[in-house]
Amino acid sequence: MTKSELIQRLAEANPHLYLRDVERIVTTIFEEITDALASGNRVELRGFGAFSVKERGARIGRNPRTGEAVNVPAKFIPYFKTGKQLREKLNSGS
Amino acid sequence: MSDRTITRAQLSEAVYQEVGLSRNESADLLESVLKLMSDALSSDETVKISSFGSFSVRKKGQRIGRNPKTGEEVPILPRKVLVFRPSQVMKSRINSKRTPGGDA
Repeated sequence: MTKSELIQRLAEANPHLYLRDVERIVTTIFEEITDALASGNRVELRGFGAFSVKERGARIGRNPRTGEAVNVPAKFIPYFKTGKQLREKLNSGS
Repeated sequence: MSDRTITRAQLSEAVYQEVGLSRNESADLLESVLKLMSDALSSDETVKISSFGSFSVRKKGQRIGRNPKTGEEVPILPRKVLVFRPSQVMKSRINSKRTPGGDA
């Protein structure tokens, strides 16, 4: 399912809404999550999962083609931990 | 910068501010989005949100684990796990406001 399919499914379930509003709703949700993470906040959606930011220290990497050593600077990476309910739902079928 | 935890309340507030719907309906729509994503994932569909990231389901085979307290061997049954891969856009935005190092 892509973002536009998600928008389409949400629009089908809410025929009283304009498609452009449905698009804005979906975009706003993901924008808010990204903004929160960029400011160093955590986003916890009980039952679904939690997004957080982890720090990766600087390291010496290697260009796999040339074997040359390169400095990889420290950076933040987004991390998602699946919520309990969703984890159970994934494993409930079959 | 802040170290807050954002929850459904703040996300549905943002939806409420953005679109002219009631607070209740905004909260319901957020819930529907999470439900649609969960339903897709539990039927093994990958969910790809452009400029955000993709969620996919990975199947793990059975393996032998150990109860760390008793040392007893226990089988870990085959199961499915959810993997989130952030998009390039997300990764660069995460690093756009702050730089790592120190106590931040």
